[in-house]
Amino acid sequence: MRVERVISDENDSFPVGMRVLAVDDDPTCLLLLETLLTKCKYNVTTTSQAITALKMLRENKNKFDLVISDVHMPDMDGFKLLELVGLEMDLPVIMLSANGDTKLVMEGITHGACDYLLKPVRIEELQNIWQHVIRRKKFDRKDRDGSGSQDKPYIDSSEAAGLGNVDHNGKFNKKRKDQNEDEDEERDENGHDNEDLSTQKKPRVVWSVELHRKFVAAVNQLGIEKAVPKKILELMNVENLTRENVASHLQKFRLYLKRISCVANQQANMAAALGSVDSTHLRMGTMNGLGNFHTLAGPDQIHNAAFRSFQHSGVLRRLNTPAGVGISGLPSSGLVQLSPVQNLGNTSTYQRKLQSFVIPGNHNANILQGMPMSLEFYQLQNNRAASHVGQFPSVDNTTVLPVSSISGSLIDAGCSNSPLLGVTSNSLLLEGSSQLPTLHASNLRDSVSGFPNRSTLSDFTSIAPASNQLHGSKADIQDQAFPISCNAGKIISSAPQDWNAPKKDAPYQSNVPSCSINSLRAVNGDMAQLGQCLDQNNPIFNRNVGFDFVDPLSIKCSEGENLAMEPSVIEKEGYLMVQPSRQGIYIPDNEGENFAMEPSVIEKEGYLIVQPRRQGSYIPGNLGSLEDLASAMTKQDHDKGKPTDGDFGYNDYSLRTCI
Amino acid sequence: MDGYGMQNQIACIRRSLFDQGYLDEQFIQLEELQDDANPNFVQEIVTLFYTDSTRLIQNIELTLNSRPINFSKLDDYMHQFKGSSSSIGAKKVTSECAVFRQYCAAGNAEACIRNFQHIKQEHAILRKKLEFYFQMMGQAAVAQTR
Repeated sequence: MRVERVISDENDSFPVGMRVLAVDDDPTCLLLLETLLTKCKYNVTTTSQAITALKMLRENKNKFDLVISDVHMPDMDGFKLLELVGLEMDLPVIMLSANGDTKLVMEGITHGACDYLLKPVRIEELQNIWQHVIRRKKFDRKDRDGSGSQDKPYIDSSEAAGLGNVDHNGKFNKKRKDQNEDEDEERDENGHDNEDLSTQKKPRVVWSVELHRKFVAAVNQLGIEKAVPKKILELMNVENLTRENVASHLQKFRLYLKRISCVANQQANMAAALGSVDSTHLRMGTMNGLGNFHTLAGPDQIHNAAFRSFQHSGVLRRLNTPAGVGISGLPSSGLVQLSPVQNLGNTSTYQRKLQSFVIPGNHNANILQGMPMSLEFYQLQNNRAASHVGQFPSVDNTTVLPVSSISGSLIDAGCSNSPLLGVTSNSLLLEGSSQLPTLHASNLRDSVSGFPNRSTLSDFTSIAPASNQLHGSKADIQDQAFPISCNAGKIISSAPQDWNAPKKDAPYQSNVPSCSINSLRAVNGDMAQLGQCLDQNNPIFNRNVGFDFVDPLSIKCSEGENLAMEPSVIEKEGYLMVQPSRQGIYIPDNEGENFAMEPSVIEKEGYLIVQPRRQGSYIPGNLGSLEDLASAMTKQDHDKGKPTDGDFGYNDYSLRTCI
Repeated sequence: MDGYGMQNQIACIRRSLFDQGYLDEQFIQLEELQDDANPNFVQEIVTLFYTDSTRLIQNIELTLNSRPINFSKLDDYMHQFKGSSSSIGAKKVTSECAVFRQYCAAGNAEACIRNFQHIKQEHAILRKKLEFYFQMMGQAAVAQTR
């Protein structure tokens, strides 16, 4: 018989009673689904309309634990619903369809689906869907105070155990989107976050640069496709790190990669446009995200560490759909230039991902927008990227602006009011790309100036989303150490960069002497503001200690050291890895930590990597200034009620932190 | 006994449905879902399927009769039709739907129209068989209670 239906998933008897919302316009399938789910002892609510489902979900966010939805529905596309649910409610969503085309499945993934089931669905498949809830919850919990989840009795997996261990050094902090505060704290001190959290029951895992680097290395080693938390954990061999920590980080990373790839593409384009940009620099930025993506696919591709990150991103992108990938596109200029194509390729995927991810609704983000969820898109992007590389054509929707025009394009990108997401990616890309190439002072300058003064910020905001995406490709980001950061005020859309400790290549870092930053500054007053904003101890951004947007100017261009440079806004979640590297180079290392989290707006000085909160925090594209952007972001965060530090969401706060 | 005899008969009918390819293992899943809490599930869902699919069939007919034929719409309908028929384990119907979709994708109106006739036939045949099957089950249940 049906058993006790537990309303709260915290109940000991979970997964019994898990609350599932089933959506399918076909009554036969819906009845079957309902019966199957009931048989699995879940608490089922059904509706045949997506709109009704959304309404139910919006009414009470805590009413359901999981959503299962058909892809093909008359009133709303299943993917769209998926995106919205993911963004607004952050609930795990499982897609259901009679059509099992790879393309569709990929689209589902890029849109953020936890799983994709084929009709007719069997009970065995449904029996384990509760894992998605736990997984998400755990990771969320970890970031939060983490009191509860760990204790969940039903968690008998290692995760449960893992959670318990999280506290240790407080090294591991998971960025929680909802935990803005936490993130801020974390941001500020790369390693000190724990302290703040240590008071909490569940110590958060702080993904320090070091840790992230290890993570990325592990992922690279395994290959983004094969990177599973367990193995990564083994490879990393870090004490007190649980599988859950890794899993959640991985998820973010993937999103980051996605974002980056979009951005990267754009950046690549931009870089291309810039021409002289240090490839490394460019790479650092967006390309990383994007480029890495591809590179992820093919290790050879990424010559830079940055790329490496992409690679991961690439893989990730599959996982996490969000377009975050786009950002990854711009790895240090080197990357971008080096292999624009590569990046492009990656970017496209990333971008695609970013787009799909980023904007549920707004595909303005050039970068993001461009990303059709499908793979094709990616390729398209790639192509575009390739072509852009010389000129920053907008990658698929992202407007990759040539470095000089980057600013312009970014801005444009940003402007598109794509719901943050879109924009940000663009912006990010811009940043990324611009950064990369511009890292070289001159480059930046050009690009910077290129940026229209207008809504640069807004663009950035949009970029932010992109950055978020970038974050997705955390790996990329790392490499990407945005050059942006190097220069004062450059917005370090480091998202992409951060991921993989750009250290490796941190080309830009060295290359990007403050000039890039300066150039960024030139871009527009706004930018500068942004930069400032960014710079200001954006706690959010700087996860990494230290770097809080160091005044770009003050950053010495120590090439090579960039990596270590202050990690610009490194999003908690890893997304926003804007690190205004001193040298203007993206500090990849720092990224490691940040990449995980939502790409916030990293703006070092000009590059405002705004990461719109994934959760729907939307950064108005029209922010006139960085401040606006930042506030928008913050506001969004608040509005959403979710701290930006949440999972790689788009962290609005990133904007804030920038300054 | 009547009850037993009927059971036997029903079992034969059921087996033949599988053997002849009218039903596949999805139907077994449906049967497994039926339990004391849900004693008529199989019949319920099959009935629901037929009600809904009738509507779908009508829509498809309309679309097929309109000129020019809207293949994308056809594909949508057929996608849904295939989804629900596969959900109840209607093997032949589902495979005919797959064929139809191929023709539809190719824009082959004639083949679509022809194929659709097959679909309707299979759909109707299965319906009769299932109705008979359920009827027998109902009678057996009654006989058993005697």
